[in-house]
Amino acid sequence: MRLEAGTYFMQGNEACVEGAIAAGIRFFAGYPITPSTEIAEGLAERLPQEGGIFIQMEDEIASISAVIGSSWVGSKAMTATSGPGFSLMQENIGYAAMTETPLVIIDVMRGGPSTGLPTLPSQGDVMQARFGSHGDYQVVALAPATVQDMFDLTIKAFNFSEVYRTPAIVLSDAEVGHMRGKFTVPRNIEVLERKMRTDKVWHDGFAYDESLVPRFPVFGKGFRVHVTGISHDIAGYPRNEPDVHEELVRRLTEKILKDSDKISIVEKHNGKADRFIVTYGSPTLSAMEVIAADPTIGLLQLKTIWPLPEEAIRSVAKDAKEIVVLEMNLGQIFREVERLACMEGCKKVRLLSKVGGEVHSPSEIVHFLKEG
Amino acid sequence: MDDFFDLYRKDRWPTIFCPGCGIGTVMNCFYRAFSELGLDQDKVVFASGVGCSSRIPGYIRADSIHTTHGRALAVATGLSLSNPDLKVIVFTGDGDLGAIGGNHFIHSSRRNADMTVFCINNSIYGMTGGQASTTTPHKAFSTTTPYGNMEFPFDLAELAVTAGANYVARWTVRNVKELIGSMKKALVKDGFSFVEVASPCPTGFGRRNKMADPRQMYEWLKIKSVRKEKSELWKMDPVDLNIRGQITIGEFVNRSRPSLGSMLRSMLDEDEQSKEQ
Repeated sequence: MRLEAGTYFMQGNEACVEGAIAAGIRFFAGYPITPSTEIAEGLAERLPQEGGIFIQMEDEIASISAVIGSSWVGSKAMTATSGPGFSLMQENIGYAAMTETPLVIIDVMRGGPSTGLPTLPSQGDVMQARFGSHGDYQVVALAPATVQDMFDLTIKAFNFSEVYRTPAIVLSDAEVGHMRGKFTVPRNIEVLERKMRTDKVWHDGFAYDESLVPRFPVFGKGFRVHVTGISHDIAGYPRNEPDVHEELVRRLTEKILKDSDKISIVEKHNGKADRFIVTYGSPTLSAMEVIAADPTIGLLQLKTIWPLPEEAIRSVAKDAKEIVVLEMNLGQIFREVERLACMEGCKKVRLLSKVGGEVHSPSEIVHFLKEG
Repeated sequence: MDDFFDLYRKDRWPTIFCPGCGIGTVMNCFYRAFSELGLDQDKVVFASGVGCSSRIPGYIRADSIHTTHGRALAVATGLSLSNPDLKVIVFTGDGDLGAIGGNHFIHSSRRNADMTVFCINNSIYGMTGGQASTTTPHKAFSTTTPYGNMEFPFDLAELAVTAGANYVARWTVRNVKELIGSMKKALVKDGFSFVEVASPCPTGFGRRNKMADPRQMYEWLKIKSVRKEKSELWKMDPVDLNIRGQITIGEFVNRSRPSLGSMLRSMLDEDEQSKEQ
């Protein structure tokens, strides 16, 4: 049974499991890793109840591979991991982008590099989510800050992955994943499905229209489609001509970037303020406390990280005298914000960075704002 | 299916394979096994990794997925679990399966995951120009073993038997009748079935080992291959790791352990029944 509409009290990772079920997940393949393991454990119990399939694979590479396979026979499929496993998955994230395979990856971020801080949060995988695999491509990445977000954004990630035929990544962290809190399941949940091929033409399996997203020629229906990670034409056949590769790579990025405004989810508070905090994920909660006490400070929370909500950041920077970016890394979104703010003439952009595995406290933020 | 090109994509001919390559023979044997069984090409999915053998699915007129290097078996696991009505067939090579994909090979065998795997073992990395693989014979030359291979080769068939596969056989491209027979048995088997085919690569392997002429490579396969029933060596130690350079051929196992898919479905059915009670 999917959760009925109502209010629940759960751990972030558990809410993610329920979000996946609400979105219609049919397949999960994963490998145990702290701090994401509760998602695998939850789906091992919940998926069979929904007639779905759970399998624990031999490693993270196998996990994302099995998810890719499942997606090509038409399932909504997902895996969950943390930094080391996310690193292992990178090659096949590029493969999924290249072959336009819808899938969802939950990355519950922990401190890195390497084994790092297995049980403590960080936001160190932000640029890896964007640039982790080789070559030019685009993915969708969302950053939850609350248990409610874990539920909502997991559903959104499935929707974006299905609509744009792309890997969609939920960049959670150990703080949000292990946080317990209240969340609401609404009566109506928007659940989107990939557009399927219906005709039986087998020589143009990757033909596309103005949406730039080809309809999905699901395996087993007689489309006789060939899928390859090699640069390919609309038949799906391997090709290495410069014009074919250029058309493909530009389309793979453009199909997502052209809809950046539809994918951007942001929340703005104290919109008239001239000092703004820009953040995402767990530091948002501390920032909320700061702005509740001081209405002269605004807050822009990025729920979508990739593609970057450039318009929202620029509109804040246009009137702001100062922007403070909060991140649990040495500055990954910070430089993006700095770049956009400079374009709008806001030259004071500062980073309050934490990498020790602790979230910024509200008083740290207040002190940092005063120092400026 | 009356014609070779009912199964293969004629519009993609000619293939990328070199003169003297054994893959064409394997494709022909596969066509015969597939058509003699009367299998429906719209009820199968082909998967492969990266390498020369992994290019085969791209030439087949059926749903096919050419994945990343070594990952075909893991992708195939997702395919067959999520649509048990589809037969999943994997084409792979010794580098793809034995080296980079070795872990998936062990665990797909152990799980008895529902798929039929054909491994074309040419003892070399052909696509990248002739580097030593996990099945290159001891002392053989390659671009990365210019002083001779110091390592001993992997017995892929024995690995599959030990790890739990339902059907395992090995032939060379010379044994076409036996190969077609084993391919047919593997294709109708539930669970994990595996057929290894020792195959010549005159370009990558032969040229550096005094067998540049494909006929020399076929002669080499004839001399090195010994039927398991006639092999004293195999009787003494089936997991010989080819220390003496012998290619033992034959059918190594044919059993019917429950497959991963059947176990999963019976678990779900039991759950349904217990709910009803």
